[in-house]
Amino acid sequence: MAQPQAAAPRLAPEVAARLADHLLAAADDELVLGHRHAEWTGFGPDIESDIALSSVAQEEIGHARLLYQMVLGLQGRSEEEVDRLAFGRPPQAFRNAVLLERPNDGGLEPPPEGEPAWRGEWGFTIVRMVLYDRADAIRLETWASGGHAPLAALARTLAREERYHRLFAETWLERLAAGGPAAAARLQRVLDAVWGEALGLFEATDGEAVLVAHGLLPRSSAEQAERWRDEVAALLGGMGLRPGRGPAATGGRAGRHTPDLAVLLEEMTSVWRLDPEARW
Amino acid sequence: MVSGGHRLPLTGPVDATPVDAPVDARPVDAPSGEAEVWRVLEQIEDPELPLAITDLGLVREVRRDGGRVTVRLVPTYSACPAIEVIRRTVRERVAALPGVEEVAVDLTFDEPWTLARLSARGREQLRRYGLSVPRRTFREPATCPFCGSTDVVLETPFGPTLCRAIAYCRACRNPVERFKPPAD
Repeated sequence: MAQPQAAAPRLAPEVAARLADHLLAAADDELVLGHRHAEWTGFGPDIESDIALSSVAQEEIGHARLLYQMVLGLQGRSEEEVDRLAFGRPPQAFRNAVLLERPNDGGLEPPPEGEPAWRGEWGFTIVRMVLYDRADAIRLETWASGGHAPLAALARTLAREERYHRLFAETWLERLAAGGPAAAARLQRVLDAVWGEALGLFEATDGEAVLVAHGLLPRSSAEQAERWRDEVAALLGGMGLRPGRGPAATGGRAGRHTPDLAVLLEEMTSVWRLDPEARW
Repeated sequence: MVSGGHRLPLTGPVDATPVDAPVDARPVDAPSGEAEVWRVLEQIEDPELPLAITDLGLVREVRRDGGRVTVRLVPTYSACPAIEVIRRTVRERVAALPGVEEVAVDLTFDEPWTLARLSARGREQLRRYGLSVPRRTFREPATCPFCGSTDVVLETPFGPTLCRAIAYCRACRNPVERFKPPAD
């Protein structure tokens, strides 16, 4: 017979509030990138990748949902409010890292005259996915070894699922990088262009030190970033690529976003806004 | 031939420990009220796979206190869209039992779902359905459900549902669906 569920430890109100802020940022990361991945549905370079990005999107959005529910629990609100939390906020209330709101073409080159505004750039998508999924894995490992049992259990579950995302993205990056000098140069341009915003994934939410001090976050965001730099440098080096340079471009965790997020939210929330009280 | 291009060999170690005893099943000594609930759960099929949720090992625990029933489920994948359908079905079917007034169906992540939770019958049902099912972990060599060869490579870790991947049998040149437990 299974053991009864461990009672959720009671957190001091200040700690619970900080943890909610921290998890909200992670949930927003997952939701926003999940939406970007979902935009590949029907447009992938081959059917396997189309299905993969659709599946990864489904999982990231599902993970966001579980994290939003945990945020609501920490804030003493009902889990029923999950759609309102996900879809009912203005851009400045989102805490995702800016990298993840960028459109799938990376915004690196403007579309040619007469072309539709959205064009998927597979190289950008794969580079972003590799960089994010490595960061996410480190974040999940940190939670899993932290002192908040419900979060640690959830993190262990999510980490097992995310490994397949990494397998897919890193296999693809290797394949693209082996595609000759032009392909490698193109990937390197993407890496150099996104590097600052990739470091922005490790921008701490307000009051993170409280979580570190209470053992909920055994590794600070800055320490996670160090680990990520080492891992990513080794990974890229093995493929003949190198990390970018320069300081972190931050702001997302404080609600300062690019106009890309407003465009994304406009589309993502359009069905929910038709009738926010609708029950499914 | 498809052009997925991953073609990763499935070469992890095989864990030979017995896999024929599900971790949680209806306890032989369950009080009659709880056994009644288990019997209802044994009739509920997974919406995406042809087997009962109890054979898949989704039911962690059943508790009954008079008219109040609590069922705790452990999803294979946390984002599985079938899990909400299953929750609703469990709630409706258990609520229809005589004497039941209140049903709570919760998800638990305390102990993750693993292949050890799949019953021998469930494993056989998945195999007959055409899925290659690893004994313990995804990276083990796969056996082709059509020709029995183990010369099977992974095409892509994603398939028609979150719990399936697409492999390719180099012996009989058929695509093979492989059941994909979360990675360990």
